[in-house]
Amino acid sequence: MRALGGFVGLLRKEGYHILRDRRTLAVLIVMPIVQVVLFGYAIRTDVENVRLAIVDPAPDYATLALRDRFTAAGVFRTVAVLPGAGELDRLFRSGAAQEAVLFEPGFANHIARGTPARVAIITDATDPNTGSAMQSFAAAVIQSWERERAGAVRAIRITPQVRMRFNPTRESSNLFIPGLMAFVLTIISTLMTAISLTREKETGTMEVLLVSPLRPAQIIVGKVLPYLAIGFVSILTVVAEARLVFHVPLRGSVLLLLAEGLLFILTSLALGILISARTSSQRVAMMGALAGTMLPSVLLSGFIFPIESMPRVLQWFSNVMPAKWFVIIARGIMLKGVGLGVLWPETLILLAMTLVLLAASTRSFHVRLD
Amino acid sequence: MRRILFLARAEVLHIVRDRATLAQVLLIPMVQLLVLANAATFQIRDTPMDVVDLDRTSTSRMLVSHFAASGNFRIVERSASYAPANADLLSGKATLVLAIPADFERTLVRDGTAPVQLVLNAEKGAAAGIVQFYASRIIQAYGAELGAQLRPTLRTVRASAEEPAPVRGAPLIDVRTRGWYNPTLDYRHYMVPGILVVVVTIICTLLTAQNIAREKELGTLEQLNVTPITRGQFIAAKLLPFWVLGLLELAMGVAIGWAVFGMPVRGSLLLLGGVAAVYLVAALALGLWISTMVETQQQAMFVTFFVMVIYLLMSGLFTPVDSMPRWVQLLAELNPVKHFVLIARAVLVKGAGPADIAQPFLILAVYGAVVFWLAVRQYRKRSA
Repeated sequence: MRALGGFVGLLRKEGYHILRDRRTLAVLIVMPIVQVVLFGYAIRTDVENVRLAIVDPAPDYATLALRDRFTAAGVFRTVAVLPGAGELDRLFRSGAAQEAVLFEPGFANHIARGTPARVAIITDATDPNTGSAMQSFAAAVIQSWERERAGAVRAIRITPQVRMRFNPTRESSNLFIPGLMAFVLTIISTLMTAISLTREKETGTMEVLLVSPLRPAQIIVGKVLPYLAIGFVSILTVVAEARLVFHVPLRGSVLLLLAEGLLFILTSLALGILISARTSSQRVAMMGALAGTMLPSVLLSGFIFPIESMPRVLQWFSNVMPAKWFVIIARGIMLKGVGLGVLWPETLILLAMTLVLLAASTRSFHVRLD
Repeated sequence: MRRILFLARAEVLHIVRDRATLAQVLLIPMVQLLVLANAATFQIRDTPMDVVDLDRTSTSRMLVSHFAASGNFRIVERSASYAPANADLLSGKATLVLAIPADFERTLVRDGTAPVQLVLNAEKGAAAGIVQFYASRIIQAYGAELGAQLRPTLRTVRASAEEPAPVRGAPLIDVRTRGWYNPTLDYRHYMVPGILVVVVTIICTLLTAQNIAREKELGTLEQLNVTPITRGQFIAAKLLPFWVLGLLELAMGVAIGWAVFGMPVRGSLLLLGGVAAVYLVAALALGLWISTMVETQQQAMFVTFFVMVIYLLMSGLFTPVDSMPRWVQLLAELNPVKHFVLIARAVLVKGAGPADIAQPFLILAVYGAVVFWLAVRQYRKRSA
């Protein structure tokens, strides 16, 4: 009974710590909101407003018609019309142009005579993704013009009918916001606990806690609970934002999403505790939290880059990232509307990770301070 | 000048003495570069796909084998009904489902055109668009191949068409495509320069942001305050060791990128080094500015983290700045990382010269001067 009283006392103390520092509290609540809004708009991969240079040494009706087509396509913005290809290199290197269409002289004559009229599409493929997208846009413009002129040319054509399941418009925010949730939640929770515990070590108050009749597990739970509450507030606000600002569909159960979010926060908190239990100074804890969460949770979680494309070793390594599993869960619930029936393996993995991390950090706490 | 060097020497001793931190500072960015450069790819390799072949003729089987042979797709399941494919899409086991309708072959021979269905898991991020691009290309190529085989039959069809094509079988327009600077579309050539810039920036900013805050916490800042050193000298001396460290790390990173990832080095390394020297002043001065503003290391960390996340996600490193809405693009202009990532890519991959990068370089120079001035102004020798 006395232990329980002590536990409640610890909880109160942690609560005071958080509430007293208004500035940090404000940062904790406001940061996720601002980040989701900002990055929800910023992170997209749609290719539009392609800066196009046209090289047309001898304009004729055909090249002019095609140039009009490029303007009308809506994706391109013509930045330069040049008589020769000499200038291109400079435009590309400074980034003034991303793509160039080169017509050969006597383009219309070739078409009239029935000899193939040559046109070259040059793209700045430094960014391969944007490069191939731009290439296919330009090729499509030329092809559609060609088809119209020739009438229905009968050739063997297999027409792919494409259906984009779960996100028909391929709206960027639908894709990235569930991932962004994982990112923001990881950073907040891992960072917070990592700092809160090492600070007690640095200021020497950890010894006081250790000599108290509280058991290590109780200390950890007492440390974690207040942050779990803050984390839960973050999930609520982030989900509300996703719905209200970005209109990300929520096809599955809200309750399940919140519960999974809570589980994920617990995992991140446990990771933070482990980092702080193993390190002695705030600086090292920060570095650990940074190396352990920030870049990996962006890169290895499948949030931006598909995990399937990575080398085997990294694919295997990504399984250790809690964020990866939460991204799958969040996308599953929000975009696909699936429930625990499909997501149980991911949920079990998160649960197991949490238990292992908590057990490991509790063990680390047994060690006396040196 | 001597004062600056003295204080800088003290800083160097601090860094070198703490072996653990030194190792961390030198190793973490390099390990991150080695690992993460492999992770940051939109390249399509081994995309898992399901095939629903309702036609089951040699034509449909050939189409499927074209997918399997392309190297971009891995067939996880073939079935004769939609149900298993649908389940695989839901569970994420398959990213793409190719459905070939019954009568595919017959329709193709009769009409010259036949549909197939591509169902994509668009939840798989930006990759879905690229998967579609690859899949359509395979289908198109197969169609062309079939056309060559079936030409005789086609001729008769075309002869009856109202407007005969001038030369049979020859396309009207011959489109050639070329991707400059990265013809093999290797993502690592694009990502290594950017990731290098970001990991070095993160480490260096973090270290400087902590630096003065730590001295405040330990109380050693007051000792410095009573020395005759001026504010500008103080900031410069704090900056100098980390500036050298940053340049060193960048050099190491470029060497790794070149040796391990085969990253092209087309432009002048001297030019890149010169820009890096200016850029690092901006990045480090920002860290010092944060450090003079806050009271504790914890606060320094929070502010730095916030800045870092913006650095990371709004730099055009992972997603192109050109795709962002206008107002976000304007915000991104304030991000020094964005400019340096742009310059590093332009110089290394495109071989850009001084004239090509003049504008972002000027922005960086102005940025560095302003932030340095802010840091000097913010630092007060008297405690409040």
